[in-house]
Amino acid sequence: MPELPRIPLGDWVDSLVDWLTTNLTGFFEVISDMLAWSVGHLEDLLLLPPALVLTVLLALFAWWIRGRGFALFTLLAFALIESMNLWERSMSTLSLVLVASFIAVAIGLPVGIAAARNETVSTAVRPVLDFMQTMPAFVYLIPAIFFFGIGQVPGVVSTLVFSMPPAVRLTELGIRQVDEEVVEAGEAFGATPRQILTKVQIPLALPTIMAGVNQVIMLALSMVVIAGIVGAGGLGGAVFIAITRLNVGLGFEGGLAVVILAIFLDRVTSALSDRATLYEQTE
Amino acid sequence: MPQIELEHVYKIFGRHADEALELLQRGVARDEVQEKTGAVGAVIDASFGVEQGEIFVVMGLSGSGKSTVVRTINRLFEPTAGTVRIDGENITEMGSKDLRRLRAEKISMVFQHFALFPHRTVLENAAWGLEVQKVESDERLRRAEESLDLVGLSGWGDSYPGQLSGGMQQRVGLARALATNADILLMDEAFSALDPLIRREMQDQLVDLQENLRKTIVFITHDLNEAMRLGDRIAMMKDGQIVQIGTGEEILSDPANEYVASFVSDVDRARVLTAEAVMEEPIAVVLKREGPSAAMREMRQRQVSGLFILGPGRKLIGATLDDEVIAAVRRGDLSLDNITHTEIPAVAPDTPLAELFMPSAESALPLPVVKDGKLLGVIPRVTLLAALARAETAPTDMKEIQIPSEEPESEGSETEPEGQSQEDHDDRTEAEVPHA
Repeated sequence: MPELPRIPLGDWVDSLVDWLTTNLTGFFEVISDMLAWSVGHLEDLLLLPPALVLTVLLALFAWWIRGRGFALFTLLAFALIESMNLWERSMSTLSLVLVASFIAVAIGLPVGIAAARNETVSTAVRPVLDFMQTMPAFVYLIPAIFFFGIGQVPGVVSTLVFSMPPAVRLTELGIRQVDEEVVEAGEAFGATPRQILTKVQIPLALPTIMAGVNQVIMLALSMVVIAGIVGAGGLGGAVFIAITRLNVGLGFEGGLAVVILAIFLDRVTSALSDRATLYEQTE
Repeated sequence: MPQIELEHVYKIFGRHADEALELLQRGVARDEVQEKTGAVGAVIDASFGVEQGEIFVVMGLSGSGKSTVVRTINRLFEPTAGTVRIDGENITEMGSKDLRRLRAEKISMVFQHFALFPHRTVLENAAWGLEVQKVESDERLRRAEESLDLVGLSGWGDSYPGQLSGGMQQRVGLARALATNADILLMDEAFSALDPLIRREMQDQLVDLQENLRKTIVFITHDLNEAMRLGDRIAMMKDGQIVQIGTGEEILSDPANEYVASFVSDVDRARVLTAEAVMEEPIAVVLKREGPSAAMREMRQRQVSGLFILGPGRKLIGATLDDEVIAAVRRGDLSLDNITHTEIPAVAPDTPLAELFMPSAESALPLPVVKDGKLLGVIPRVTLLAALARAETAPTDMKEIQIPSEEPESEGSETEPEGQSQEDHDDRTEAEVPHA
């Protein structure tokens, strides 16, 4: 059997990464600074009040957005984090997740909108999203370290790459799902494409878009351990240390804190998403 | 000059539209063109003019291209070839900005499934066209309010469409279309998704509104009854082509071809003409327990001079006349007993048409059709005469003609939440719920 010629894809990627690191250092530095700045400041902000004060504040917020049960959960769960001595790490992880999710949504939303409105964009974007979602995270963690060094920044970058696809996908889906006739009704009265987008399509797609945001945050949280490996610290760091030392107890505590953050963020975002659909529940 | 003018308009869907257009223009049949090019000729060589103030009905089965042709008038669908003129202006060449202005100011549209914005209140829905034009908020809401009044939805402005019954939702759709004060109203199967009684009511309301507003209306429907009731002129479409344009009378009496003829007469060949076939929904009825005041209100609302009185289970008890009802109200009677005529002529549903004459002549009221004591329907004399006149030439009954293949698919999905529906029905007695 004739042997197929070896396509040196790996070499190409290597040299591309080399080229990028040498030629775009300035660009990466700016991004790196910006990310480090926002994560750092958010973390500082979260650590500003004493842990228990913030716990109470979060519980009040939980009450307002969802109700008593959720408030109680928040109170106990965050108190537990503090009592496990994981407060600072948790806030660090929370900042990283929030910043990464925010950027993922900020990029994903417009891309999703563009994909919904344009078949070519949609076709082009889909394989990229597949790539981002399924390429094992460790693989792009390495170039991320090349570009951004060790620390929180490569953690943020790899997290946002991994978590962005649902923002794009569900935004596109949500907008496409808006009833064709309703969009026609917009057009028939002379609305501009922009008016239709902002006054009809996005409001009607909002529940789906919010579900996407929820997914983004969940995926971001699932990346924290991996981010911990590249020195992002936080709960991921704790879990990583536990793994290397085979410390089951510490690993469990770190993992539990991640779960608590996940439940909290999930309930908050799904409550927001319910609010977006309120008009449909009218009877 | 017609306000709307279509000249040789084609709309072809799919790739190779140019190729398909050429073939269609040479007169190649639509199916053949589709086989050769894969493109579908949805509208083929449509030409017609609609005069200011006219209700022009485009009628055909699903897939006949009627909804497509109406969308070429405001260019929701870009015509593949041909010209569309509005007030003499060729809109097919308009830039997108002018087109948007045209849509905002001159043409509005009502949709089959209402196409309301579920996230906006009824008032905001009605104000949509004005909002798009960036009319100032106060004026916008005032005008939207006015047009809600016009369609009988005063006071519903703060509700959401999801809280309204189907009939009311479509009134919001109508209000939205009227609010911009556009001359031209495109109505795409506007009443097809509504149940028959509400549909009838909406048709009447449209006719009433049209009396005052004198809009130019292009109305799409698959229901011949509706076409006849509303249309000043009717265009019959088949497979993308307009096969006949004329008044209802012209189409009934002189169908242009086999297709139109079968449309008009099909039903009766299958059905022997009996009382059941020509009867109409009884509208002027009152329940026995309701009393004279309710009867009077009902008469005034229906503008009729007599009512049938129904007992439990739609049993026909008798009838009463307007002067007696008024006298009873004056006397302060609380029941209808004194003014109920129980000796009224009635016929069974399977009574042949010919035998309906005598009883019909005897009675001032429409002839009730009764089975096991239950009132099934009524036959006004004019219906009987019309049915008979046509039966002599070709057995035809326009009242019963319904195209079987295209019952609106949305019939089941019509939303009429409990409780809300009463609002919509409150001007009717419960006796009117159509018999199953």
